[in-house]
Amino acid sequence: MRNLAIETIGLTYKFGSQTVVKDLSLQVPQGSIYGFLGPNGAGKTTTIKILLNLLKTPSDQVFIFGKEINSNRIASLKRMGSLVEQPAIYAHLTGKENLVNRCMLLGIKKAKSAEMLSLVGLTDAANKKAGQYSLGMKQRLGIALALISDPELLLLDEPTNGLDPNGIIEIRNLMIDLTTKHGKTILVSSHLLAEIEKTATHVGIINKGELLFQGTIGELHDLSKPSVKIETEQIQKAITILATAGIEVISKDEHQLSVAFNSKEEMGNINALLVQNGVTVFSIGKERKDLENLFLDITSKNQ
Amino acid sequence: MRSLYISLTSEFYKSRKTLAFWAAILLPVLICGLVAFGFYSNSEKLLKLNYPGLALWGQYSGATLGIMGMLILPFYVMFMAFSVNNIEHKNDTWKTLFAQPLNKFSIYAAKFLYAVLLLLICLALFASLTIAFGYLLQVLVPKFTFKDYNPTVLLFKFYSKLFLASLGILSVQFVFSLIWSDFLKPMGIGFVGIIAGIITANVGWQYAYLIPYSDPTLALKVTRVKGAKLEDFLIFSQEIWVSVIFAAVMFILGYFILLKRNIK
Repeated sequence: MRNLAIETIGLTYKFGSQTVVKDLSLQVPQGSIYGFLGPNGAGKTTTIKILLNLLKTPSDQVFIFGKEINSNRIASLKRMGSLVEQPAIYAHLTGKENLVNRCMLLGIKKAKSAEMLSLVGLTDAANKKAGQYSLGMKQRLGIALALISDPELLLLDEPTNGLDPNGIIEIRNLMIDLTTKHGKTILVSSHLLAEIEKTATHVGIINKGELLFQGTIGELHDLSKPSVKIETEQIQKAITILATAGIEVISKDEHQLSVAFNSKEEMGNINALLVQNGVTVFSIGKERKDLENLFLDITSKNQ
Repeated sequence: MRSLYISLTSEFYKSRKTLAFWAAILLPVLICGLVAFGFYSNSEKLLKLNYPGLALWGQYSGATLGIMGMLILPFYVMFMAFSVNNIEHKNDTWKTLFAQPLNKFSIYAAKFLYAVLLLLICLALFASLTIAFGYLLQVLVPKFTFKDYNPTVLLFKFYSKLFLASLGILSVQFVFSLIWSDFLKPMGIGFVGIIAGIITANVGWQYAYLIPYSDPTLALKVTRVKGAKLEDFLIFSQEIWVSVIFAAVMFILGYFILLKRNIK
């Protein structure tokens, strides 16, 4: 069996009568960057709160490093660092004091706070009140707070929210660093696939509380097989010709149709076949569905 | 126990820059200072009245106790109970607090204990500053009779009573501000409660002692048994019991409210 940092089994969660998370079975392997994707309101934050035992769930549904969370709450939390929604920061304390306070709660040396401040690039703003920080700075401080205990598992809820492009790249590199060099596991949620794509090794796509896809980033790419798009006015005729040649049409509308792409040669043959049989081909070309569209496709399945 | 200690030190660390914390120190300094100043500037008039030691201490400490016990203390307690929980509501930090590897009960108990400690610090300062300023007045105005009576036991007992009598309000307001994140609800209810408490206590309604908001006022109305020494009043009178029981019940209730409530 693979070693899983997080495993949920048939997790269901309701706020009153509204089901927020439905039969969710997450499997986050150790050492992975697990991109937890979904549109706003899909249940990502709720799931993260469940993983932190902030929301009560029945026993035997949530396991952190193989241990049931309700009966191992403190032991599990010791191994986790988290950033949930907007970073929770005491606005009347300085950035440094926020970190020192966390050190006190975790029983860590206070010197660690200076180290964290430099890691997230807040050393210059260390003695400024956190309430006066910009959104990006708050986010950085939130990440520093999550990292301060050097946890094995990090839960980051939209960590790049409010960061500028530079900041986003820094966080991305930091995440890759943490997993590859320090063997950490990271679950990072986002509503932007493009952002996750660059770092994640694994992906889970959730919408309306249901997990619609889970697998490695490679498996996700495989879903988006390229196709040949043919533009013509004689759609019916083209379909008949292609059918006799044993080529299946994947999709069609009034002016164009798509067939599976296998090779360039085959694409040329299709073109010749159609033209020779009197079909006017306006255009023919290879089309690859990008992940963004794939994501929209997947999440629209259960609309 | 370690969790509790850690949480408690963190509470002090977090709030050391807040008004609730500084009020615990500034209130006694300010009020005791003002009363002492009043006595100093009116020393000639007071000397003409020729109070013996006990009566002079009574006049002097009664001025502080009267303003403090009846009015300012209940309002301070209300504000402080609000502030201790509001620090988490305002910054949306409940979720991070409970995501720490600390026992939930310790986190909660530390908050409650912190509020109780602030109250204790505040009242201990009141008692000691009253005595200190009294003796200072004696030094400044040698004709005063403060030196003829030692008020330590009397004041200690009075302030202990006041402390215990305030625990009821503290715990009720603590739970209110735990449930509601806004300022108006706990403060509004508290305000009405305090006014009602003062009225019922002063009109001598026989069941007034059952309302925690009346207890500080009632606690100060000590009836002297004939022939007994002034210091010999009972600390654990019925309103004190009510207040302490309220505190214990609300403390436990608050924990269950917190447990049941999901951290949104």
